[in-house]
Amino acid sequence: MSANANKLQTLPRAAALTGFTTLFYKEWLRFWKVNVQTVLAPVLSALLFLLVFGHTLRNSGDPYPGVGYTAFLVPGLAMMSMLQNAFANSSSSLMQSKMTGNIIFVLLPPLSHREFFFAYLLAAIARGLVCGAGVLLCTVWFVDLRCEHPLWLAVFALLGSAVMGVLGMIAGMQSNKIDELAAFQNFIILPLTFLSGVFYSMYSLPPFWQQLSHLNPFFYIVDGFRYGFFGVGDVSPWFSAGIVAVCLLALSMLTLWLVKTGYKMRH
Amino acid sequence: MIPAIQVDQVVKRYGGFTALAGVSLQIGQGEFFGLLGPNGAGKTTLISILAGLNIATAGSTTVMGHDVVRDYREARRALGVVPQELVFDPFFTVRETLTIQSGYFGLRDNGAWIDELLHCLDLTEKADTNMRQLSGGMKRRVLIGQALVHKPPVIVLDEPTAGVDVELRQSLWQFIRRLNQDGHTIVLTTHYLEEAEALCGRIAMLKRGEIVASDTTQNLLNRFSGCQIKLKLAPPGLPAELKPLLAQGGGEDCRLSLDGYDGVERVLASLRTAGVRVLEMEVAQPDLEEVFVKIMNH
Repeated sequence: MSANANKLQTLPRAAALTGFTTLFYKEWLRFWKVNVQTVLAPVLSALLFLLVFGHTLRNSGDPYPGVGYTAFLVPGLAMMSMLQNAFANSSSSLMQSKMTGNIIFVLLPPLSHREFFFAYLLAAIARGLVCGAGVLLCTVWFVDLRCEHPLWLAVFALLGSAVMGVLGMIAGMQSNKIDELAAFQNFIILPLTFLSGVFYSMYSLPPFWQQLSHLNPFFYIVDGFRYGFFGVGDVSPWFSAGIVAVCLLALSMLTLWLVKTGYKMRH
Repeated sequence: MIPAIQVDQVVKRYGGFTALAGVSLQIGQGEFFGLLGPNGAGKTTLISILAGLNIATAGSTTVMGHDVVRDYREARRALGVVPQELVFDPFFTVRETLTIQSGYFGLRDNGAWIDELLHCLDLTEKADTNMRQLSGGMKRRVLIGQALVHKPPVIVLDEPTAGVDVELRQSLWQFIRRLNQDGHTIVLTTHYLEEAEALCGRIAMLKRGEIVASDTTQNLLNRFSGCQIKLKLAPPGLPAELKPLLAQGGGEDCRLSLDGYDGVERVLASLRTAGVRVLEMEVAQPDLEEVFVKIMNH
């Protein structure tokens, strides 16, 4: 064994990129290795929602002109799956790593806070997109789904997964135990997702609840994504994109600062 | 020559509790250095600050001349840490674990070195086994492999043999000695003081966040230049005039602490005068454990 102990190589720029891509790859492998649990199970859940809600509410009238309830439901379910899984990816990875102590494998290397942040974020987006694509691939055969504005569809898929990936990082850093993370999921993420218009159009709600829906940023993600399919939405996609982009920027700044200070990780 | 590690007036406070109260020490390149102290003395806190896992309240720390905060990339690249706890990522095999760790340090195509590490740590046959399926000793060896995967010049081992069986402990020390001979600076914390005495050229002892002794191992042993005498006596046992020297036992089986070897003759003379027959006698030099106990109780 001949470890070249005393020759410290200068860290090239490419090495920093390798650190970032390795962390992203590790996070990708982490969910892909258990894809039955992380991809197939959420897709199955979405299919069950489609079966139950699509069957029971199919005669409740068209939410948008010319768009049946089942077709209306599919983009919402796909986005819900994206949101929940992007959140689950970064939050569970960070929380579990902290709980088991293997977070030190990521904290000891010369990774910057930006490399750390973007690697976790990208992996969360990747899982969100894989789950969303899975839901669409499995449901597209049962409904007449148009795709009026693919660019908007892609924009909201990316923005939605990114917002939730960042929120997941915050929750993962904040939580030291499974029940703390579960509280974050059950009392914040789940209500905001279910009340975001996944299952209904905002205009089917009483005025008070319509107003309240405007305070839910998830509503803009779901509505903008649905606009990408049908070319119709409850609000303008530009407005929705603006709201979501501002949320993403604010949350990202906060998370970058938390990672830089080593919040609940380097202590 | 730039010191491998330079710790300068490092303070760490958690609210009202002071874990490190102005610790300073310098470790030269190629040294085998021991950091000893009772539980809660601040050893792991100091190591965490070195590794960037913890942030000092005041003071500065460098690794191979690189500040661990300002120049953290180079400092971390120069340091390999074997943590105290048996931590692992259950999603990966041994080879994946080492390859990923290597990638974090910016190293691609590090397969040849990883193969060599697997061979040296006797893990080649387990390379494709999931981490969950390894025994505790094997997981400990993987942790050492992870610390070495980027060929750091400075290696910190935080109680690496805690809970490890004798055979593995021997092979680990053999391996770490070789690393030291190859030029790596080794910093070791351990509760097995005989290990520290056998391996470390220099030792610092921490007590309640302060360094209470720092010297070469030999100087520390010489500092307490006395010796001990173990006696097995015939009845009536130890005479009253020798009782002030008693370190352990009493009556017919006892251990006496003496200032030097000339005290042996005085003890024997007292025994002869008292008419007590010596059945067995053994003169022993103090070991690091005794030095440690004396310093900690001082």
